[in-house]
Amino acid sequence: MRVLEPSMSEVVHMALGLAHRGFRGRITAISAAAETSGVPADELERRLLELGFTEGAQVEILHEGLFGRDPIAVRVNDATVAIRRREAMAILVS
Amino acid sequence: MSVSSQAEPLHFALIGTPNSGKTALFNALTGSRQKVANYPGVTVERKSGMLQTPGGRSVNLIDLPGTYSLRARSPDEEVTRDFVLGRFKSEAAPDLLLCVADSTNLRLALRLVLELKRVGLPLLLVLNMIDIARRRGIDIDLDKLSAELGVPVITAAAVRRGGTDDLMRRLDELALATEAARAEAAWQPPTAGELRAAQREADRIIAASVRTPAAPDTLTARLDAVLLHPVAGLVILLAILFVMFQAVFTWAKPLMDQITAGFDALGVLSQSWLPEGLLQSFVQNGVISGVGSVIVFLPQILILFLFILLLEDLGYMARAAFLMDRIMGGAGLHGRAFIPLLSSFACAIPGIMATRVIDNPRDRLTTILVAPLMTCSARIPVYTLIIAAFIPDKTVWGFASLQGVVMFGLYAAGIVSALGVSALAKFMFWRESPTPPFMLELPDYKLPRPRSVLMGVYTRAKMFLHRAGTTIFSMMVLIWFLASFPRPPEGAAGPAIDYSLASWIGHAMEPVTKAIGFNWQINVALIPGMAAREVAVAALGTVYAIEGGKENAAQIGQTLAQHWSLATALAVLAWYIFAPQCASTLAVIKRETGSWKWMAVTFGYMLALAYIAALITYNVAAALGAA
Repeated sequence: MRVLEPSMSEVVHMALGLAHRGFRGRITAISAAAETSGVPADELERRLLELGFTEGAQVEILHEGLFGRDPIAVRVNDATVAIRRREAMAILVS
Repeated sequence: MSVSSQAEPLHFALIGTPNSGKTALFNALTGSRQKVANYPGVTVERKSGMLQTPGGRSVNLIDLPGTYSLRARSPDEEVTRDFVLGRFKSEAAPDLLLCVADSTNLRLALRLVLELKRVGLPLLLVLNMIDIARRRGIDIDLDKLSAELGVPVITAAAVRRGGTDDLMRRLDELALATEAARAEAAWQPPTAGELRAAQREADRIIAASVRTPAAPDTLTARLDAVLLHPVAGLVILLAILFVMFQAVFTWAKPLMDQITAGFDALGVLSQSWLPEGLLQSFVQNGVISGVGSVIVFLPQILILFLFILLLEDLGYMARAAFLMDRIMGGAGLHGRAFIPLLSSFACAIPGIMATRVIDNPRDRLTTILVAPLMTCSARIPVYTLIIAAFIPDKTVWGFASLQGVVMFGLYAAGIVSALGVSALAKFMFWRESPTPPFMLELPDYKLPRPRSVLMGVYTRAKMFLHRAGTTIFSMMVLIWFLASFPRPPEGAAGPAIDYSLASWIGHAMEPVTKAIGFNWQINVALIPGMAAREVAVAALGTVYAIEGGKENAAQIGQTLAQHWSLATALAVLAWYIFAPQCASTLAVIKRETGSWKWMAVTFGYMLALAYIAALITYNVAAALGAA
């Protein structure tokens, strides 16, 4: 998994957790690492999938919190989901 | 269909993702024929209600907690899973599942439908909020959708009059077909791969049967641009809370005055009708002034619940959780804890029960531990009584009432101490473990349905009055008894209460409470106050009424102003921010954590905080000359 700066987002994967407000893209992979979150990787992956974060879904970061720009409100196709950047690291987008 | 099953009611269950309007549909279908009141915030209790189909069948409808999957992660979702899979020993699996979906947001709901098909129970998809979907130009091909899913589909608009007529008609057909439609249960917790495949299938079905207009709903987006703005959003949230507490005071005032006047009149009436003596004392001091001094707070409690229910129905609560997540996270709390904690402003009991939506056990426990620190409505009587008696009624900063500001300060003290305790708990017990995730769907804003909100407020009123009629009433009888017996000997000097059990108990506690400025009358009031905080007010009313005679009964506030120093009054306020004076809350903590240990921890730390806070307040105030 390569994590790159937002400026290169058009060409390669990057983690949604690093993107800024206004970012639009498509999910390319859900790839949870064990150290990403407080829950096991497999559990985090399934929770993200259940909230509609699936490969191919369109995402847009609509809002950010005040402190540390966290959490973020993400438009996923036709729904809006609040999520912390920490968990959003497992969502790869392009 | 046999004759016996005609008589037996069928069991149908409502299941659906959060925000699908499931509870509104439940209300529309069952009306007032509901069993067990639900608590505010979220659907946590098992709610059921009876309904009659047009064909005359009785149906017992159960409203299950919202979930995205049967793969339960929280105690709340476990209820749904176990009920659907028929794992509860006490009750059989439902005869029919009604899966409720928000027609404007089908994606996750359809995946849930695909998962529910594997349970093997007869299933019906109810497309709720179809009116909103149509208005937005969303076109759903029902036949196609039903064929693709292999599940019957029906539309509903729970909040409209007649919006559930189609559904009711359909229930008869389904009631006849339930036996035939039963299939083998093959549900297993889905793996990540299965979830992906199911969501792909759901997306394919949506693409084939739903046409969405190019321009989506923009109202929610425009509102969120302001309400979720990093700075403006927080300011607005604080403003909403401030208005809420001001409203609790100013709006409720006229109604409260009327209730007080009503009970005063009743007291005078009883005095003139009953002969002087024990019976008169019991009715006037024990019953009327005791119960009346609690019922007078009904308007304030209703206004508070009105705000909470309105914000919930608007879809604002999830936003508040979003805005508060990082701030609460700093104190070791989960963003989702915001809703239980806000409910705790009304009462810690529904608040603690609402923590069932928090999936992580550690987060849930922390929230339960601090929930009783939130200023519940039972403290309102104590606070308002003392504030009204000791804080001058004047306007500060040109617009705010000083009494309201002090009240806001007491609420703020509760919040700050809750954050402090939770940060400390995190530091002491859970320093090593990682922070669990926060993920929450932000639903579209919706206009609250007056009927649904009023039904909620009505339920709360009923619960409060029920409590006033049972727990509080029996406590008042006890207090009256303690304050009246034993009777003073013939020819004794001084008030009769000096010879009573109450006086003896109150004086026995004095060595401990002297340091915090409490007199024996307060000590007496603290004991029944264990049953419910607001009882303390009524108890003080009774104690001073029996001590001082009839003229004291109506005006507890004035009596206190004469008998207490300002330092004592402030110490009582400080005590009540923290004191674990609510037996029902402790019982719920025991039940929800399944352990006496956490109940004892809560009781111990709150009692310690209360004593220390009252000690500091009393001594500082006394040093400043308020004694």
